[in-house]
Formats: sequence, C-alpha cells, structure tokens
Amino acid sequence: MAMTGEIYHSPMVCQEEELHVLAVDDSFVDRKVIERLLKISSCKVTAVESGTRALQYLGLDGEKSSVGFDALKVNLIMTDYSMPGMNGYELLKKIKESSAFREIPVVIMSSENIMARIDRCLEEGAEEFIVKPVKLSDVKRLRDCIIKGDGEENVKKNLNKRKLQEDEDDHSVSSSPSTPVSPLSPSVARDLASSSRSPSPSPSPACSIKRPKMLHSS
Amino acid sequence: MEVGQMQRSLVDYTKSLFLEGVLDGQFLQLQQLQDETNPDFVAEVVSLFFEDSQRLLNDLTRTLDQPNVDFKIVDAHVHQLKGSSSSIGAQRVKNSCIAFRNSCEAQNIEGCMRCLQQVKQEYFLAKNKLETLFRLEQQIVAAGGSIPIMELSF
Repeated sequence: MAMTGEIYHSPMVCQEEELHVLAVDDSFVDRKVIERLLKISSCKVTAVESGTRALQYLGLDGEKSSVGFDALKVNLIMTDYSMPGMNGYELLKKIKESSAFREIPVVIMSSENIMARIDRCLEEGAEEFIVKPVKLSDVKRLRDCIIKGDGEENVKKNLNKRKLQEDEDDHSVSSSPSTPVSPLSPSVARDLASSSRSPSPSPSPACSIKRPKMLHSS
Repeated sequence: MEVGQMQRSLVDYTKSLFLEGVLDGQFLQLQQLQDETNPDFVAEVVSLFFEDSQRLLNDLTRTLDQPNVDFKIVDAHVHQLKGSSSSIGAQRVKNSCIAFRNSCEAQNIEGCMRCLQQVKQEYFLAKNKLETLFRLEQQIVAAGGSIPIMELSF
C-alpha cells in the first residue's frame, strides 16, 4: 500500500457518488431539519424515528429483512443521543458490534454538553459528537470528511496525528476530550516523519472532533 | 402598501424579534435552508414545532395535574420541548425550558407549575410573532415581491 500522504480512496465511497446518510431522531422537528441539511448538502437521506427502526433498516434486528441491504448502502449514520427506548449510545454499540456495519461512521448528536457522555461515545467508536442544534457547516464538514477520509481507518489516523501534533506543539491543550490513542501504526509513523507539516490547505485534519460549545449552560 | 414598504416592515419586524431575544441565530440557519426548490421550508418546520409543542404542553399540564407527579416524565417532556425550540431558534422558549428542568430536578412542584406558566407564555408569544412574520412574508409574495434575506449584522 503506497502511502504518499495523499487521499486514500476506500472501495466504499468515490468522489462522484452521493453519500447516503441514515438519520435517527425521535423529534419530528429535528428529523425535518437534519433531512433538509443533508439534502442541501447533496446527500441522500433516510430518516427514522428510533434506534429500533434504524436497526430494522440496516437489517440488524435479527429478523430476516425483505430488503437487500445492498440496495441503498449507508455511508454515514447520524443519531440523536436521547431517544426513548434505545438511546444513541446503545445504537452506536450495536452498530460497532456488527461485523457488517462497524465500518460505517457514526455521529452522535445531543443538545446536552456532558463530557462523560461525549467521552463514552467517542470511546465506543463514534466519529464525532455534535452539540445540537446542528448547523449547515457541521453537515458540510462531515460530508467532506467522509468523502475525503473514506471510512474509520483514515479518520482514526488523522485523530492520532492531530493528538500527537498537539502534544508536540502545545502542552497546554486544556479541554480536549480524551480520545483513545491506539499505538502508532507504521503508516502513521511514516506520515508523521515525512509530512507532519504537509502542504495541506487547512491546518487541521479533514475530520476533527468537534469541541463541544461551552457557551451557555444547559 | 407597496412592496418596498412591506419588505422594510418585514426586515424591521424580524430584527425586533432578534433584539427581543424571541429568535436566535438558529432561525437564520433555517432560512438559509430555504430556496426555490423548498420555498416553504421554514414555515413547514415551524408548523411542526407548533404541533409538537401544543402536544407537549398538553401532556405537561396533564402530568403536573396528577396527585403524584412523576418528575421524570415531566422532565422528559420539557427536554423534548427544549430540543425542538432550540432547533428552530425559539430562544426564549428554550431558556424557559432550561429553568423548568431545574425545577424538575429539585422535584419542586410549585416551581414546576410556575415554569409551565412561563413556558406557555413564551411559547404563545413566539407563536404569535412567527405567525405575524409569515403573514408579512405572504403579503409580499402575493404582491409579487421577494422575501429579503436577513443577515445577523445588527
């Protein structure tokens, strides 16, 4: 695998395809908004109202699903955290436990800015934790990240890169949520050695953890 | 009234809603999502919000009326209302929900009753204002004009 520091395309998504996002939220209002945010960002959307429905859609509910999953491959799952019945964290766990779907990036959305909750979700494998209300810029950033990053592997590499870069650059980084830093893979080490100050247009990596807004108490 | 005048009225009215804190930046976000392919998006979302809120306020009234109030249920309803009001930018409704949740946490029944009144007040205020806003917009469109785009620069 030639690692030249360039964009790595996974077989899952190519530049030209529309991303298909599965959005999970029990609120009518939020479903409508997220649907529109995604459509305006050129994504296909399937919006469901619960974790159970999401699992049914994916065919993970243990029942023989009548629809072949390959019909509409899901590239990203965005789920609300607080939902009656199965909450977002539980849904995240089920997805990560499944061999078929664990590669699909999962983003958690929540109106509550609780560090322990954020940590727990990130540790369970969530790509990001977005504090509601979700903005257009959040969706655009996510979409670009998924298209460029193409799956968890590259995103995790970028996360590790950023964490190490932060440790190098700035020892006084305060409020970053603790992310599990796995041991450096050889490819990451090589990337760091050769191009840690690579000429990329933006200083931050394609997919960075959104720092929860600490503006107001809720 | 000619279109230009109506448009200026709309802009002034919208500005006042922001200055009074009835609406916040999230409402502008919603307006950004509206275009020719989806010209009624904001009105549709806000309608959903009205329906949702009415149901939640009814549920809250009923739950607080019980002999033994289940604060967990009250809190769940308020949490939902807080979420949807936040999503459409109904700032004062959202803030009154935050206060409400504090009363729930304290299991303070009187506090909750007061908060419910406050939330209802803020909700009906927001509803009124938004309905007026949409009416102004409709008048402009009916007169052949276009809706001016708001920017949060005041």
